[in-house]
Amino acid sequence: MKRTIKPSIPERSEDPLIEVSLTVNGEAVTRKVSMRMLLSDFLRHELGLTGTHVGCEHGVCGCCTVHIDGKAGRSCLTLAAQANGADIRTIESVATSETVLHPIQQAFKECHALQCGFCTPGMVMNILSRFEEPGPLDLSDEGIRDMLSGNLCRCTGYINIIAAVRRAGELTGRT
Amino acid sequence: MSTRSFGARVERNVDPKLLRGEGAFIDDIPLANVLHTAFLRSPHARARIKSIDVRAAKQHPGVVAVYTCDDIGVLDMAMPLLIPHPCMKNPQTQRPLARDEVHYVGQTIAMVVAVDRYTAEDGAGLIEVEYEPLPVEMDMEKALAPGAPLVHEKAPGNLAAHFVQVCGKPDDAFARAEHIVKIRVQVDRSTAAPMECRAIAARWDAVSGELTVWDGTQAPISVRGGLASIFALDEDKVRVIAPDVGGGFGQKVLFFYPDELLVPMAAMQLGRPVKYIEDRRENFLGSSQERTQIHEIELAALKTGEVIGLRDSFLHDTGAYIPYGIAVAQVASTSIAGPYRIPNIWVEFKAVYTPTVQVTPYRGCGRPQACFAVERAMDQLAEELGLDRFEIRKRNFIGVDQFPYEREGLLFADGLKVTLDSGQYAKALGMAADALGASSFAADQAAARAEGKYLGLGLACYVEGTGLGPYEGGHVRIHPITGKVYVNTGLSTQGQGHDTVFAQIVSDQLGVKPEDVIVVEGDTKAFDWGVATFASRAAVVSGNAIHKTAITVRKKTITAAANMLEVAEDEVELRDGAAWVIGSNRFVPLAAVATASNPLRYAFNEAAQAATQFAPASKHDGPPLGEGTAPGLEATDYYSPPASTWAYGVHAAIVEVDPGTCAVKIRKYICIHDCGNMINPMIVEGQVMGGIAQGIGGALYERLDYQPDGNLANASFMDFLMPYATEIPDVKILHLETPSPLNPLGVKGVGEAGCIAVGAVVASGVEDALKQLGPMKFRHVPLTPTMISDALESVGH
Ligand code: FES
Ligand code: FES
Repeated sequence: MKRTIKPSIPERSEDPLIEVSLTVNGEAVTRKVSMRMLLSDFLRHELGLTGTHVGCEHGVCGCCTVHIDGKAGRSCLTLAAQANGADIRTIESVATSETVLHPIQQAFKECHALQCGFCTPGMVMNILSRFEEPGPLDLSDEGIRDMLSGNLCRCTGYINIIAAVRRAGELTGRT
Repeated sequence: MSTRSFGARVERNVDPKLLRGEGAFIDDIPLANVLHTAFLRSPHARARIKSIDVRAAKQHPGVVAVYTCDDIGVLDMAMPLLIPHPCMKNPQTQRPLARDEVHYVGQTIAMVVAVDRYTAEDGAGLIEVEYEPLPVEMDMEKALAPGAPLVHEKAPGNLAAHFVQVCGKPDDAFARAEHIVKIRVQVDRSTAAPMECRAIAARWDAVSGELTVWDGTQAPISVRGGLASIFALDEDKVRVIAPDVGGGFGQKVLFFYPDELLVPMAAMQLGRPVKYIEDRRENFLGSSQERTQIHEIELAALKTGEVIGLRDSFLHDTGAYIPYGIAVAQVASTSIAGPYRIPNIWVEFKAVYTPTVQVTPYRGCGRPQACFAVERAMDQLAEELGLDRFEIRKRNFIGVDQFPYEREGLLFADGLKVTLDSGQYAKALGMAADALGASSFAADQAAARAEGKYLGLGLACYVEGTGLGPYEGGHVRIHPITGKVYVNTGLSTQGQGHDTVFAQIVSDQLGVKPEDVIVVEGDTKAFDWGVATFASRAAVVSGNAIHKTAITVRKKTITAAANMLEVAEDEVELRDGAAWVIGSNRFVPLAAVATASNPLRYAFNEAAQAATQFAPASKHDGPPLGEGTAPGLEATDYYSPPASTWAYGVHAAIVEVDPGTCAVKIRKYICIHDCGNMINPMIVEGQVMGGIAQGIGGALYERLDYQPDGNLANASFMDFLMPYATEIPDVKILHLETPSPLNPLGVKGVGEAGCIAVGAVVASGVEDALKQLGPMKFRHVPLTPTMISDALESVGH
C-alpha cells in the first residue's frame, strides 16, 4: 500500500443534536446525540453496552430487547431522544455478580438454550421482564411459548429455550 | 481414572460470556475513529447502467468517500470462482461493484463511506444512476427456452452447468422393471437468515504494514489467503479474525462478498478503520440463498418393492452467479439414492442462471431437495404397490453387513466415489416406528377422523456425507504458568460449541477439566493451516486432528513426569490436572511438568518452584535443551479424512390438517439420528433441533417471494415467515451410535443433519392426512395453506 495524503475527515455528521438524560443500569447518563440516533445504537456505540444486539432493525426479531421503565421494549424502534428521562436496563446488569449468573442465565446454560448467543440477550431481557411482572406467571408449555413469541432464534429450535424458562421457574421458586 | 468427558453432557465454556452480553461480535468491537459504509444497490433485476452521478453524495456533509467500479483499482474484476468444475460453461461471478450492467435486485453499485451509518445511507440515497431496464425471465424452466431473456450475454440459454452421473446400468434396470413411478417435485428458494447479519471491519496499520480484518466468516484462513493475494500483501501481514459470529449456516462461507474486499480497501486508502454492518434487508438482497430445484424422478422397481433403478433429472437455480461452482447440485445428485441400495442410477442436472441473489450452500446443501425427491417417490411407489411406507423402505435399505457400500460413478463433493461407510438403517426405522406409535396409528387416525380431525403420518429417511476433507490441524500446549491447556485449530465457530467439544477431546487425553482447556480459533494469528467450517466437518476433521495432537502431548507429558517422579512411564497416570504415580499419592501438577519441560532460569510462580522439587523432566546429557527436542509440552498435528463419513437418520411425525383453514399442525415429531460416537450429546441434540426448526421453516413457511420483475417482495422479517417458539412442536430425538470406521474418534458430522428430512416428512404426513378426501399429492415445499386449499378444490372439496 503506497503512502497517500491523509484525507481530511470530519469528526461527525451535521445531524442536529439533542441532549438526553436517562438512567442506564442504575447510572445517570447525559449525552448529546444525533436527533435520529436509535436507542440501540446509543446503548451500543455511545455507551459501549454492546450486549444489546440488533438483528433486524425493524422490530421483529427481539434481539434488541431492553427494559424501558420496567417493561421489555425494542431499542431498535426507539430513538435515543425518546428515552430522555427513562430508566433503561440492559443485559449487562442482569447477572447476580461477576461470578454468579442470574437464575435465568444459569438456566440457559444448564439447558443449552443458546448456540451462537446472538438472540440470547434479547431473550433473557424479555423473559426477565415477565418474571419480574407482579402477578402469576404462566409456565405451562403454551404459556412459555407465548412468552417467547416475540423473539426469533435461528440456532436452537427453541425447545431448549422453553426448557430453560421452565428451569428458571424452578430456580426462582416460580413453578 | 477420572470420568471420561467424551460422550458427556458437558455445559459449554462459552456460555457465561454470551449470557452476560459480553460476547464480541463484529459490531461490538470498539475501533477508535471507525468509519461506516452503506451500499447503493440495484433496484432492477437486469439493466444497463448508463451513468452514475456521485457528486451530490460526495458533497454531503459527513460523507468521506464514494466508490464506484471506476475507483477501486484491482478490485474492479470478477470475483474468484471458488470451486471450478469442467461441466460449467462460462462460469459467472459477481464484481464487487457493478460495471455497465446489473444482474439482480440488490447488486452493489456504489459504496459510500461516512462518519456514521446514518450519513452513509444518506449518501447512498443521493447517488443518481440512470438505468436502461432489460427484460427478465424469473421462471427457471422458461429461462432455459430459446429466446428467453439472458442473465448474462455470455451464457447462452441461461445454462450455467450441465452434468450427468451414472452408477451401474440404469437403462437395463428400467428395461426389466416391473413397475415404474415418476413424479415431479419442487423446493422453493429460502435463506439461512442467521440472526447476526454479515459484518466486516478492517484496520490498516501503516507503520507495521499490517491489515487486520474482523470478518463474521466461516472461513477466516481462506479469506486471509484471498486478501493477501488480491492486495499483494505478505500473508503474514494480513490477519483475519472471526470473533463471535451469530450463526452462519453456510451463508458466511462464501468469499468474497463485495464488502469483504471493499472494506479493507477503504481502510487502507483512508487510513482509518472502516466497517460494514449488513442490515436485515441487505441480508435478504445480497447474501447467498439456496434451495430452488425441480426434480423429475423415476424409480424402477420389482413387484416386491425392491427398487432396482433411479433416474433423476433436475433443474438447479444458481441465481445470477455461480461462485461456489456446482457444489449444491453435486451434493444433491450424489445424495439422491438416500439410504437405499438402488444399484443403478442416472442423475442429471442443469444449473440455471436467474436474475436473483446468487446461490451457494445453505445448511443442507442440496440434500433436503434430494431427500424430498426420493422420499416422495418412495411413498408413491409404496402406494402404487400397496405396500406400507415403512416396509418398502426396509426392503431397500443397505444392510448392516453391506458396508462399505459404494456408488461407482457418483463423485461426492470431495471428488471421491460415494461410499457409505456404516449405519444401522433398519434399526433406526424400527426405533422411529416404535417412538411414533406407528403400529396403532391407523386406529388413532380412524378415531380422530370420527371426531372430524384429519391426522396423517409422515416419514422420511436421509443420509448425509459429512466430514469433508482435505484436512484440518490442531495445536495443543500445556501452559507452564497456569497449567491450563491451550488448543488451536483453523476453524471458526458460529455457535456450534467447538470450544467445548474440542476441550472434551483434550480433557480425556490430558486428565484436565474441560473448563481448563481453552480453545482459540477463528484467528489466523493463532493458527493458520486449514480450511473452514462447513459441510458438517468440524468435529470430524478438526476433532480428530486435535485428538491426535493431544495424544502426542499426553505422551510427552508422561515421559517428562516419569522422569520427574523417577518412575517408569507405565506407572504414571494423568488426572485432575496432575501426573500421578499410579496407586500412590505422589504427583506433580501439569503446570510443573510444563515448566520443567521448558528450561528457563526464572521461577515465575509456585509451579516453577514446585518443579525444582523433582528430578529433571528430560534425561539427557549436554545443553539444557536436548538436541532434537523442543521446549514445553506442545504438539501440532493434522488429520486428513480418507473419505467422507456418512451419517443418517429417520424422521417421522404425526400431523393434523384442518381442511377448513388449511392449517397444518405437527402433533408429534420423532427424530432418530446417528452421527457415530457423540462427543457431547447435549450439543448434538442442539444442532439437530436447530436443523429441524429450520427444516420446519422450509417445509411450511419460508419462501423468498421473487416477483415477475425480479424484485423480492418479502425482504424483511415482517414478511419472510420464520418459525417462532409457537411454531415449533416438541421433538423427541433418539440417538443411535454407529462408530465411523474412518476416523480415530469414530465420529460423523451433525451440523446439517436436522433440516434434511423435514420437508419430506411434512408433505408425506399432509398427504396421508387428507387421503380420504381424494387423491391429492403434495410435492412442493414450502407447503402453504394456499397449496392445500387448491388441492382440496381440485378434488371437489
Ligand atoms: S433488532 Fe430490534 S427487533 Fe430486531
Ligand atoms: S442462539 Fe443463535 S440465534 Fe439464538
